[in-house]
Amino acid sequence: MGTAKNVAMDPAETLAHSGDSYAIETFDLTRRFGDMTAVDHVNLHVRYGAIFGLLGPNGAGKSTIIKMLTTLLDPTSGTAAVAGFDIVKSPGDVRRRIGYVPQLLSADGALTGYENLNLFGQLYGIASADRKRRITEALHFMGLTESANKLAKYFSGGMIRRLELAQAMLHRPAVLVLDEPTIGLDPVARQTVWERLLELRSDYQMTVLITTHAMEEADALCDALAILHLGKVAAVGKPAQLKDGLGPGATLNDVFAHYSGGTIQEEGNYRDVRQARRTANRLG
Amino acid sequence: MTSAKPDAQLIASAESSAFLDFFRDSAAIAKVELLKVMRDPTEVLARAVQPILWLVVFGEVFSRVRGIPTGSVSYLAFLTPGILAQSVLFAAIFYGVAVVWERDLGIVHKLLVSPAPRSALVFGKAVSAGFRGVIQAVVIYLTVLALHVNVRWNPFSIAGVVLAVMLGSAIFSTFSLIIACLVKSRERFMGIGQLMTMPLFFASNAIYPLALMPRWLRVVAVINPLTYLVDALRGMMIAHAQTLHGPLINLGFLCIVFVGLLAVATRLYPSLAR
Repeated sequence: MGTAKNVAMDPAETLAHSGDSYAIETFDLTRRFGDMTAVDHVNLHVRYGAIFGLLGPNGAGKSTIIKMLTTLLDPTSGTAAVAGFDIVKSPGDVRRRIGYVPQLLSADGALTGYENLNLFGQLYGIASADRKRRITEALHFMGLTESANKLAKYFSGGMIRRLELAQAMLHRPAVLVLDEPTIGLDPVARQTVWERLLELRSDYQMTVLITTHAMEEADALCDALAILHLGKVAAVGKPAQLKDGLGPGATLNDVFAHYSGGTIQEEGNYRDVRQARRTANRLG
Repeated sequence: MTSAKPDAQLIASAESSAFLDFFRDSAAIAKVELLKVMRDPTEVLARAVQPILWLVVFGEVFSRVRGIPTGSVSYLAFLTPGILAQSVLFAAIFYGVAVVWERDLGIVHKLLVSPAPRSALVFGKAVSAGFRGVIQAVVIYLTVLALHVNVRWNPFSIAGVVLAVMLGSAIFSTFSLIIACLVKSRERFMGIGQLMTMPLFFASNAIYPLALMPRWLRVVAVINPLTYLVDALRGMMIAHAQTLHGPLINLGFLCIVFVGLLAVATRLYPSLAR
């Protein structure tokens, strides 16, 4: 996957990190479930400070990669380094340095916004005075100050997502891992989450790894993408590079369809659809 | 604002003492669990109704059956610790449903990605179940007060009962957590939970002494932790009650069972996120 190294990620260039040059690096990462190979010799390189997207249809292996990188699942073979630590040999060190937002809206509805944050602040060993300050700061940053003492079950989907982001950043992780961060959110809530993520990256120089199957999301957020298909990396690069590689006027949708198998093509009208979309794009 | 470099202070504290981490994280988990109970005590209170029925209806009727040998104490006094142990079992055995629910929500995943020791995540839940069990004990004491059952009221006896109830709740809730890790779905869990409770209850000395049991059932009862819980409670609650073992042996056995279950649950808990 030499192409990944050629992709320059602007904010990362200025950051001097000692020793390891990648926030996430995978080495022939592989996971089998019985006969099925969910993740097949995946090699990825994610620079510090980048927002990196894993793109692929359902079953492409995105969530399995995320589970391995967050130490929830052991690889069958191969390994990965996250924030400089091996996921198999030093899972504890990895856990201390990552923040994680699972795909489901996972705030505890029976607890208030503040209590949700406080629990994780405690589990990450943040001392009491510091914890209070960081929680207040995080609630403010996510626009949740007013709702701090409301039970999370009364939060909207967008609010829960922001609460989870606040939760995941309390311990200032080097790497933030988000599994489908805006799935099921309305466009306004989605936009807010994107803005907060971009701010998080520029304010804290966090490296962000997201999975998505929304093209707009990949386009709006990601410095670099890996398109997954049947557990393998089908393509990797900057969104612009990937689009240009397919010819003028190509959208990320085209790139996605091109690399993730010919399902649309098999129906015989792939070209027509692409043609129509290009026309639509030209017309604005 | 600060840089993305992991907090030096945070990393230092995380590596300082695994032992302190364990208690800090267990306490954090137990605290939020208790907060949730206090906020919505419906479930816990609903579970307290059943033991009242057992004592008031079943106990009163069976007191008139003279065929159950309970030594020098009345059948109701004999039954009281058994019903307390039973209510502890019934309340704790469905604890795993909440864990399956947390798994479906992704909360388990987030807890497992945190640096908290997995043993602390499991132990914290057991501690909170222990406190929930104490609520059952309060209900039983209030009921026997109304029924004029002769129980010991001295503080040492009550402290011992509280300890045994907490230990018993911790055991059965951890057992329940293990089942949740194995079945991973609510429907299957409810089925198995129902299936487990009655045999555990009947194969114990909760409502009749071991002496009345056929030999095969007695074999089961002797390895059943509920028997030891009932026996411990009976010895500490009821004056002049006949017991199988002394309180130290009973509590010691329960401690060993708990540590064993804790070890198994700690190993299985991460499988919920796979």
